[in-house]
Amino acid sequence: MRSSWETVIGLEIHSQLATRSKIFSGASTAYGAEPNTQACLVDLGYPGVLPVLNEEVVHMATMFGLAINATVARRSVFARKNYFYPDLPKGYQISQFELPIVEHGELFITDAEGREKRIGITRAHLEEDAGKSIHEGLDQYSGIDLNRAGTPLLEIVSEPDLSSAKEAVAYMRRIHTLVRYLGISDGNMQEGSFRCDANVSVRPLGQETLGTRTEIKNLNSFRFVEKAINFEIERQIEHLEDGGEVVQETRLYDSEKNETRPMRSKEEANDYRYFPDPDLLPVEISVEYIESVRQQLPELPAAKQHRFVDEYGLRPDDADLLTGSRALADFFETAAAATQAKAQLVANWVIGDLLGALNRDGLDIGDSKVSAIDLAGLLTRIHDNTISGKIAKQVFEAMWDGAGTADAVIEAKGLQQITDSSAIEAVVDDVITANPGQVAEYKAGKSKLIGFFVGQVMQATKGQANPAQVNRILRDKLGG
Amino acid sequence: MSLSKDQVHHIAMLARLKLNKDEYADSVEKLSRIVDFVDQLSRADTVGVVPMAHPLDTAQRLRPDVVFETDERDRFQENAAAVSGGLYLVPKVIE
Repeated sequence: MRSSWETVIGLEIHSQLATRSKIFSGASTAYGAEPNTQACLVDLGYPGVLPVLNEEVVHMATMFGLAINATVARRSVFARKNYFYPDLPKGYQISQFELPIVEHGELFITDAEGREKRIGITRAHLEEDAGKSIHEGLDQYSGIDLNRAGTPLLEIVSEPDLSSAKEAVAYMRRIHTLVRYLGISDGNMQEGSFRCDANVSVRPLGQETLGTRTEIKNLNSFRFVEKAINFEIERQIEHLEDGGEVVQETRLYDSEKNETRPMRSKEEANDYRYFPDPDLLPVEISVEYIESVRQQLPELPAAKQHRFVDEYGLRPDDADLLTGSRALADFFETAAAATQAKAQLVANWVIGDLLGALNRDGLDIGDSKVSAIDLAGLLTRIHDNTISGKIAKQVFEAMWDGAGTADAVIEAKGLQQITDSSAIEAVVDDVITANPGQVAEYKAGKSKLIGFFVGQVMQATKGQANPAQVNRILRDKLGG
Repeated sequence: MSLSKDQVHHIAMLARLKLNKDEYADSVEKLSRIVDFVDQLSRADTVGVVPMAHPLDTAQRLRPDVVFETDERDRFQENAAAVSGGLYLVPKVIE
């Protein structure tokens, strides 16, 4: 039944901009302060105050616009979006409506078939965040904390180009990576710095016109985005197949019950009566300014990923993973530059052992207990055959636990590979003598048994013999 | 009348205004007169006129991203009807 329906999704992502002060006032945006200690007269909407725009938000929006190949507007206008809610002191939110600062951008994701898919970005506009309501432990009251009121947001609105929950998540991840690369948002989803609303509709396969959509509000994790959209798709299809109609409405996702349900208050008030804010003049930026911002853009994730494939010969999936954050990409590049070992080996270690250890200990790449240079030192010892890859894992664990550099660990534990052929030959002789049955089988043509012999020798040498050398000596002696 | 009673009802709801029954007729008439007055503008020829976002013919001044406000919560909250633990209290609103 699912196959006869098509899903259409558009996302509105709210990304908090990482400024020190608010978008229109000099109050701090730091997270976690005591309630209302960072809400000044402008944020509280006192009469007679005047908002003055923070230059950094213009800079950040310009960076974002250039990074998504969009038009950065030479002239944009702030408007008032009018609605009543206790956490919105002025009775309106200052936002942008007809003339946003960024329009007509694009981003590429990988679809289910592994193809690149273009997702259009209709617009990205600047606006102020509202405050926060607290309902617990206040009896018949709600408590209002206005510290967040006036925090700058960039609202990024996609075209309805996404056709599954998975694509929506992939797109959201790309935006998340991008804003952190640009350093314009910390992307912290627990703290609400990065959240999204999803517009979801379904239509019979092949139908031109869009179905009626619903909007799911305030999704603050990738997992919830996927689950909420999937629930909503199923709900709409079931409803339509039962002969019902989808009602255009705003819905909330309940993560505990894994369902969406209609929001009461906002369905009647979806009439925001936007008009230009008379307190703010149009924002004008020059071509020279836009060009100077373009010059300062860091290398972007997609470009870095392609470079990692071209320059280092990495597998595309690995390059994608390593460019997931600037810090991780920098770690890889620092390590790769400091060793003769192949870049793919460096990538394997960063993605495997290093990320594994970080995950296990709940650490960020910036807190890694093994530095990029020390990891390079370890990989150099694999490269020059001082140790095998297997021994290297032991060395890595010791390094992680603070035992010093790879060389120090290898020296202290005597883990150097035995490359002295006479020593290996002696062990090989022992193994051959001890396993006459297998030797006979091998000589009779069961050549796969070479693995058994190699294993025996490696065991006898505690993994310290060079596997390639062991192989060669074994073949010689067995008359392979 | 350019406005209907339903429209005025809707506007009153959006503005959180509570109108008595007998106030409606009056409001419909007065608001309609205002709308009709402004509506004369739609007869003006605006071909080639750039929409105006602000009467002042200049651009927005920007300020550096610097924190200069300090915590004046106690003073501001003297104006509040009810506070608790630093929060402003309002009748319970929950979705």
